[in-house]
Amino acid sequence: MLKIDNLQATVADKPILKGLSLEINPGEIHAIMGPNGAGKSTLGYTLGGRPGYEVTGGSVTFDGQDLFELEPHERAAAGLFLGFQYPVEIPGVSFVQFLREAANAQRKGRGEEPLSGGEFLKLAKEKAGLLRLDMDMLKRPVNVGFSGGEKKRAEMVQMGILDPKLAILDETDSGLDIDALRVCGEGINAIMRAPDKAVLLITHYQRLLDYVKPDFVHVLANGRIVKSGGPELAHQLEAEGYEAVAA
Amino acid sequence: MTLAATLPTRKDESFRYANFDALAGVWPIAREDIVVAAGQEDSRQIVELGEGAVARHLAIRVEKGAKLDLRILTAGPAYGRIAVDVELAEGADFLLGAAQLATGSETLEIVTEVTHCEQNATSMQVIRSALAGHSTGTYLGRIAVARGADGTDAEQSVRAMLIDRTATANARPELEIYADDVKAAHGCAVGELDAQGLFYLASRGLTPPQAKRLMLQAFVAEAFTGAPDEEALSEAALARLEAIL
Repeated sequence: MLKIDNLQATVADKPILKGLSLEINPGEIHAIMGPNGAGKSTLGYTLGGRPGYEVTGGSVTFDGQDLFELEPHERAAAGLFLGFQYPVEIPGVSFVQFLREAANAQRKGRGEEPLSGGEFLKLAKEKAGLLRLDMDMLKRPVNVGFSGGEKKRAEMVQMGILDPKLAILDETDSGLDIDALRVCGEGINAIMRAPDKAVLLITHYQRLLDYVKPDFVHVLANGRIVKSGGPELAHQLEAEGYEAVAA
Repeated sequence: MTLAATLPTRKDESFRYANFDALAGVWPIAREDIVVAAGQEDSRQIVELGEGAVARHLAIRVEKGAKLDLRILTAGPAYGRIAVDVELAEGADFLLGAAQLATGSETLEIVTEVTHCEQNATSMQVIRSALAGHSTGTYLGRIAVARGADGTDAEQSVRAMLIDRTATANARPELEIYADDVKAAHGCAVGELDAQGLFYLASRGLTPPQAKRLMLQAFVAEAFTGAPDEEALSEAALARLEAIL
């Protein structure tokens, strides 16, 4: 589904990703762990197409398509979802308004019929229920006045509504209390555990992986994947630290 | 020739950013008097969507304890000037919500002079300009608080969004205060749409024009919040935004 080959990227002319390779197949959940400054978030933003993150080498294909040929909104329509570590507040624009437009823009991009207002609200209600987020919150401006945990749950509600093929979730677990962590973990499983879907979890800690069991765990250090393994690698990292394991 | 009939020049502060060729075509500007009688509540809308040059001058008096809700939408004229002079009597309340939307080479301006003549009057001005192409949007706003007009509460919130870097925004809030017990606040900002917000919306599948329109719609809506005809104003603004993007 996603094939990253020797990816190199810079932020403000500073090399961050220095030859990262990774292949994700349908049905798989991958976790990328690594210390601060390893390039984890840069990987997410580069795949999402955030301005300022410049690809200087390597290639990425998504379902056989050159990912970097696509604009951010086209990547979304192709089935890529980026869960933000710091979801952006947008005053004056309600979640419901923006998500319906986003869902329909994606459907249009795929040549599908738009969702009616009623259909959309039903879908939004279902996904909000899954993440135990009050539906009224979705009538409020995007992320404005949301707590850290509410923002992350709202990210997962968006993922549920947009129903992507591949979710890249950047530190979805940061800022969550124990209960919210479980709700988000279960939400990810409910939405993304499917033979035709895949997830790339970017995280510092093992704890989210208790709920969302990864098939593969990779250690990212200094812009490269330095070690890959199964779920046991996450436990080893938690016990011994990045330095010992990545050395 | 009377003074009023003399075409102003750039030396006249309140005409500093005017388009004088266009102004000559609509000169002299007829003064429109509006009085809101003591204790009354009134609301007015000025909506200019045509392409031709337009210049208006409202002279408003809000009497004791009266309220006026004035909304302005200028979106279309090659030259659009709305000047508003307001006198507030004791305990009067004046709200102005104004939006100027332009693309191409329009010159739009809103020029206000709000005088708190007596005690305990309140005024609030919310001005939002969204400017694309080579257009110019100006707000010149003067608040005068007369001697003895204690208990005055005057606020200006002025923001301009440059959709293209070739557009120009001028903003000059001014305060002239001769009373002691006065609350006066003004905020003024010229900026561009938040790049992070645009990327966030795009990452969910909105095309760049859709993302910009949503954010501008929210920005402009701040001028119309709570207006008696909020929906119609917002729809007219949206139609223009869609043409701009």
